[in-house]
Order: sequence, then structure tokens, then C-alpha cells
Amino acid sequence: MGFLDIKQATKSYGALQVLQETDISVEEGEFLVLVGPSGCGKSTLLNMIAGLEDITSGEIAIRGKSMNGVKPADRNIAMVFQSYALYPNMTVRGNISFGMEMHGIQKQEREKRIDQVSDLLQISHLLDRKPGQLSGGQRQRVAMGRALVREPDVFLFDEPLSNLDAKLRVDMRTEIKKLHQKLGTTIVYVTHDQIEALTLSTRIAVMFGGYVQQLGTPKEIYDNPANMFVAGFMGSPSMNLFPAKVVSGDGKPAAEIKLADGKTAAVPFAKDALASSIGRDIILGIRPEAITDKDGADRNSQAVHIVEAPVEVTEPAGSDTFVVSQIGGKDVTGRFRADVAVNAGDVFPFAFNMEKAVAFDPKTENRIA
Amino acid sequence: MSTAAKSSSFSAGRIILYILLLLFCIYYLLPLYVMVVNSLKPLSEITAGGMMALPRDWTAAPWFSAWSTAQVGVEATGLRPYFLNSIIMVVPAVALSTLVGALNGYVLTKWAFKGSTILFGLLLFGCFIPFQMVLIPMARMLGLMGLAGSVPGLIFVHFVYGIGFSTLYFRNYYAAFPTELVRAAQIDGAGFFRIFWRILLPSSGPIAVVCIIWQFTNIWNDFLFGASFSDFDSQPMTVALNNLVQSSTGVKEYNVHFAGAIMAALPTLLVYIVAGRYFVRGLMAGSVKG
Repeated sequence: MGFLDIKQATKSYGALQVLQETDISVEEGEFLVLVGPSGCGKSTLLNMIAGLEDITSGEIAIRGKSMNGVKPADRNIAMVFQSYALYPNMTVRGNISFGMEMHGIQKQEREKRIDQVSDLLQISHLLDRKPGQLSGGQRQRVAMGRALVREPDVFLFDEPLSNLDAKLRVDMRTEIKKLHQKLGTTIVYVTHDQIEALTLSTRIAVMFGGYVQQLGTPKEIYDNPANMFVAGFMGSPSMNLFPAKVVSGDGKPAAEIKLADGKTAAVPFAKDALASSIGRDIILGIRPEAITDKDGADRNSQAVHIVEAPVEVTEPAGSDTFVVSQIGGKDVTGRFRADVAVNAGDVFPFAFNMEKAVAFDPKTENRIA
Repeated sequence: MSTAAKSSSFSAGRIILYILLLLFCIYYLLPLYVMVVNSLKPLSEITAGGMMALPRDWTAAPWFSAWSTAQVGVEATGLRPYFLNSIIMVVPAVALSTLVGALNGYVLTKWAFKGSTILFGLLLFGCFIPFQMVLIPMARMLGLMGLAGSVPGLIFVHFVYGIGFSTLYFRNYYAAFPTELVRAAQIDGAGFFRIFWRILLPSSGPIAVVCIIWQFTNIWNDFLFGASFSDFDSQPMTVALNNLVQSSTGVKEYNVHFAGAIMAALPTLLVYIVAGRYFVRGLMAGSVKG
């Protein structure tokens, strides 16, 4: 049993089921990120943990105590909203103090905690201002301060960074991570940004269509996606997914791929998992960083194979150059070192690191190897 | 910049525009001028035929007369008791209808329930029922409640009639009020009324002012309900003003009538002057995203 337990929880509005049966167990001090495109049910699940939405069936428990039917105020949680939701009529001090006041904490204690938190978040000089006089980043800090003073069991974050501009978002991301490392509190964090999910979390739940598609550490999610949705959603640029056929080459299973110039190439798999599936059509998934120029390939990999393929487009991005070729009718992006001389129209050797390749069933879209 | 502003402020079009505006202004202020100057002259100057002229003999006597000694109906009490009636009627009626309207708006937007849209539609319908239609049923109701012919009866009528509009105002205002604030307050531990008092009401300044001005003007200026549901001792200002003008014990004292009419109009004017500035203030600025 974990610290925060979500057991077979579902949510429906009438006949529409927005959250299918979900089981997640969060340990104390974990940073769980719920990530997915809009409408996937992640915010609904967060609101159910907060008690802002009822649970249709199943149970949510914190510290082993069932939270079904418990009011949000009595769950010992705190939440940071996407819009910050600072009370416009109160000063920053009033905003931070309000929750403690409602919970009957003495004024002296309130002042003490406000001082501590405002020191921690460097907002001491803002305490007597109204939210309207603050910048976006400052409001974000105040909203976090309001959550922190409550000293809750679980922090809930609902897309807290999506209203900030790009640079501030990266800064605040780092600060949230630092804060988590410092305080060691349990956090459930909702975002649609897969980079936020990968950088912040200790575990990620990738959600789509009301289902948790995969639950795992960032590395598991990134390296071993459970299905094509997870593979395509996590990572930027996203994983290349293209049709291939399992053939036998030198006693080892290999992926036969169709290149743009009509030629085919067989690339042996690193493992024998597909040995019994010779002749089967699959979707091959390889991340851009596993398709490189020859010298840029991972030296530790035992399974780098060169394929001569025509280059369609090159996209220099400063630190790398993304090189696009067509395989099996799909654009496949490789990540080459920036100084490799490669031009559109060239036939160029692409190095495939097959240790990082994964295979999916084209019909069920589930992982098969 | 400055030269551009200079040349434009002296262009012919501008001058014509200002002259036109000035003319309109004079046209609208003329009745007020006539009322004020005539309320400050002796009656003889008016009957001599100098309506537009300034008083030759300035006097505040008509004002004192209208306030405390003029004949209103059968008694020579002046308008004072009726002015007080109106105040006693208007203040609780405005306060109650505004408060209930705010509460309705809060429930209809932030605690919507099954059928709340229909309920709102029905409340809205209440705004458009003509006054005349409710006269007889309301008279019966007030009779049954023991409030007939009293100031509390008038308060009740105006309070009930005001709920429709005040609900409309507050519902539309709170519909744009971020629901996340209510949710944040819920998580902070505030209950239904606490959220209303501490979060919503303090942010309702602009709409409360709109609602108060609207209700105050309507209730203060109402004649029909005042004439229908009051006795001699509970008549509001509007009815008393009518009685003042209609009471003819000899000569018509136009100067006193003018003074009484200004007195009847003064409170609404005051409300506009005092509260009007809050119209413009955007109290919600910056509560949520930038």
C-alpha cells in the first residue's frame, strides 16, 4: 500500500466515461506526473484526488485513509492552479494566510510560516502587494507559497507552468524540481508538456482517452514505451515509427525496410525476441538520436548498422542537424552532428543503433519487442 | 506629438463639434436651471412672468416651506416625513435585493444544480412582468401578510421585484468570475458562505454599484407601487410630491413645487455622483492570468 492510492477509480458524466478504471500507487516523496493530450482525463483524475470532482466508482486513499466523500478542505492537500487562482481582493500575505486561517491556525503561527515560506520562495518583498501588481512568475511563486504553508500530505499541480513564457517556464521548472528535492514532499503534477514530465518526475503516467497507457520511470517510458501512443507522445522530436517486415538474415531476425529509392535494406535486430515472427509485418520505432551519421553513433552499442538512404531534407538546429529520409512511406528523422556535410538529395550512410529499436504490432499498436 | 495635438485642437471641425456639444449641454441643463432659479424666488416674481430670469430677490423660503410646512394632502407637514418614508423604504429594499441577487448569481454560476438554468430563466421572466399585472395579486398578498399600507409592505414589494434584475446582473458578472478561485478557496477550507463573503463579494464592486444605482433609482422614483400600496402615513416621496402639487388651497405655489421636485430628485443624483466613479474601476484586473 502506498502513500496515495488510486484504486480502480473511474469517472463518468452520465453515459460518457472520461476516466477508465485507474490504479496508481504513489509512494511518499514521489513526484508523479500525469501527462497526456487535452481531454485524456489527467485533470479529471487530479480533481478527483483533490476532491473537487466525485469519484464514480473505486477509491482514492491518502495515508491509508479513504478519501471518498471527504471534502477537499479535510484531505490535507494543497493545489496550485494553472491560472494561479490568487484571490484578487487580498494581498499576497492574505492569500498565503487564508488557508491557514480557515483551518484555525493561530495568528502567531501563521506569521511564522508566512515568513518561512516567503523566505524560501524569495517573495518577502511582495507580501503587501495585491496579485494584480505582480508579474506572472511572481504570481506563480505566491501560488506555490500558498500551497506550501499548508504543509500538506500531497501537493497537486494543475499545469502550473503553461501560462508562463518559454524562458520563465524553464526557470520555474528547475525551481520546482529543486523545491521537491529540498522538501521531499509527495507531488502529483498534471501537464501536457512531455518535456516537463520527463525532467520533473520520478514516475510518469502517460494518459490517453481516459486510460493510463503506461506508468513508469522517465527512463522506462522513454526507452521502453508500451505502445505506439506513448512512443509517439514522449520525446521531441518524437520517435520515428515506420512499417517494416521481419526477415531472417544470417540466422538472426532482421527488419526489412523500404527506402525512398525503391531499394530495400535488412537491419538485424539486437535481440532474438522476434525470431519466431519471421514474415510478420511490424511497426519499427527508433528515436532520432539512434539514427545518426556513422561517426556520431553510440560507441558502446553492439548493434550499429549502416543503411545508405537518400536524404530528403536537412534541418540544421545549431547543436545538431536533423536529417529526414523516407522509409516505408514515412518521414524518418535522424539526429546528426552539426558539422556533418550532408545535403538534400545525397545518398548518405545512416547509422541505425538497433539496441534502441522497438517493435509494435501494426493492428493493436502494442509493443511486441 | 505636441504640434499635432495643437493643430487638431484648433481645427474647424473641432470647434464646430465643441459648439454643438455645448448647445446640447445647455439644452439638457435648461430644465434644471429653470427649477433651481424659480425655487429661489418669491412667488410674485414667477407669476409676473420672468421664468428664465435670475431671482431679483433671492430667498430660501420656498425650500423651507416645501420641506416642513407646505400642505401635502390634508396635512401641512411639508415633504419631510415622506422623504424619510422613502429613505426607510429604499435603503433596506436596495440592500436586500442586491444581496439576494448576489447570492443567487453565486449559486447559479458556481453551484449550478439540475434545473438551475430554468430557474434563472424564470427569474429573468420576472424582470419583464409589467407592474400593472401584479397590482391586485400583490395587494391581496400584502393584506394576507399584514403588511398592507405600510412601509415594510413597500420594502417587500420592491425587494421581490428587484430580485430579477439584481440576479441577472450578478449571474452574468459571476459567470466571468474564475471558477478556479472558488475551487482554490474550497481547498483552502472555506465553506459556501465563507467563499461568498470573503472571495466573491469583495470582488463584486463594479457590478454592485451598477445594481445599487439601478435599484435605487427605480425604487426611489417608483410611483405606481407607492400610490397603490401605501396609506397617508407611509407614502413615499414621489406620491407626496404629487399630492403637494395637487393640493390647492388657494394659489399654486410654483416656487415651492420646484423646490419639492428638486428635493425628490436629489438622492438619485447624489447616488450617481458618489457611486458613478466606481463604474470604471476594474477591480478584477490581474486576479488570474496577466
